[in-house]
Amino acid sequence: MNIIRYQNQSRSDLAQAFDRFAALRDEMDRVFDSSYGPVFRTPGSFSRWAPALDVYQDKDQFTVVAELPGLKKEDIELSLQNGVLTISGERKQEKKSEEGYRNERFFGRFQRSVTLPTSVDSSKVKATYEDGILKVVLPKAEEAKPKKIEVSVG
Amino acid sequence: MNMVSQENQKTGQQSTEQTAYVAPYVEIEATDSGYVLYAEMPGVNREGIEITVEDGNLVIAGRRQRLAVSGEPLHRETRQLDFRRVYELDPSIDANKISARIEQGILTVNLPKAENLNPRRIALD
Repeated sequence: MNIIRYQNQSRSDLAQAFDRFAALRDEMDRVFDSSYGPVFRTPGSFSRWAPALDVYQDKDQFTVVAELPGLKKEDIELSLQNGVLTISGERKQEKKSEEGYRNERFFGRFQRSVTLPTSVDSSKVKATYEDGILKVVLPKAEEAKPKKIEVSVG
Repeated sequence: MNMVSQENQKTGQQSTEQTAYVAPYVEIEATDSGYVLYAEMPGVNREGIEITVEDGNLVIAGRRQRLAVSGEPLHRETRQLDFRRVYELDPSIDANKISARIEQGILTVNLPKAENLNPRRIALD
């Protein structure tokens, strides 16, 4: 399903290819707990920070979940426009010493967008941020909810 | 500079056992008095954290809270695996003084060096 739009669309195909490669390698590293240090995992290299994101649906609502550890509530921005939910913000690095000896974490701006399959009631959208997880609940618009239609026999 | 130390290579085989873990992204900062380790563990709260020091290894583990969502997934990128990573502790670190906290999915572990390793001037009699 292709409801998730990857960001930075203005970037070149090559850069996007590198992003995919970096994402794959990240995944491999995580699965195998690689010990060989951050080869590409340096902030500012081709790979950019794109938080992992899930979308769930039940009959009344959509729930979008994003992993955003280490942010402040004020640093998360949410917008809903034409059925597209955009989560963006910035993770600021609090540097205490200049001697960061090993870093796999990403800092800086991020943005992800989700195109919702049906229309939602934008006035009832609720977001919470807890334990580094952003959860956005988007109730479906009345007209988008499934309805049972009685068949009348005439 | 001596490191908080090499990561224990043995952890790579963990996934063959029944429990699969994922390694959290980590940042390690060296300070004058020791090291500070930051690990990204989204979905883990205070109760889910387990830090142990055994045989000179520091094990950080985080158990995720179950995601409270209703409905069926339309799209999934998160992996609901618990976190675990093992580091070999540098002998300069005072294992009794390690402290930790977790805030919005970031585990911070303070690894202070033992006092007696700090340079000290010895006076002559």
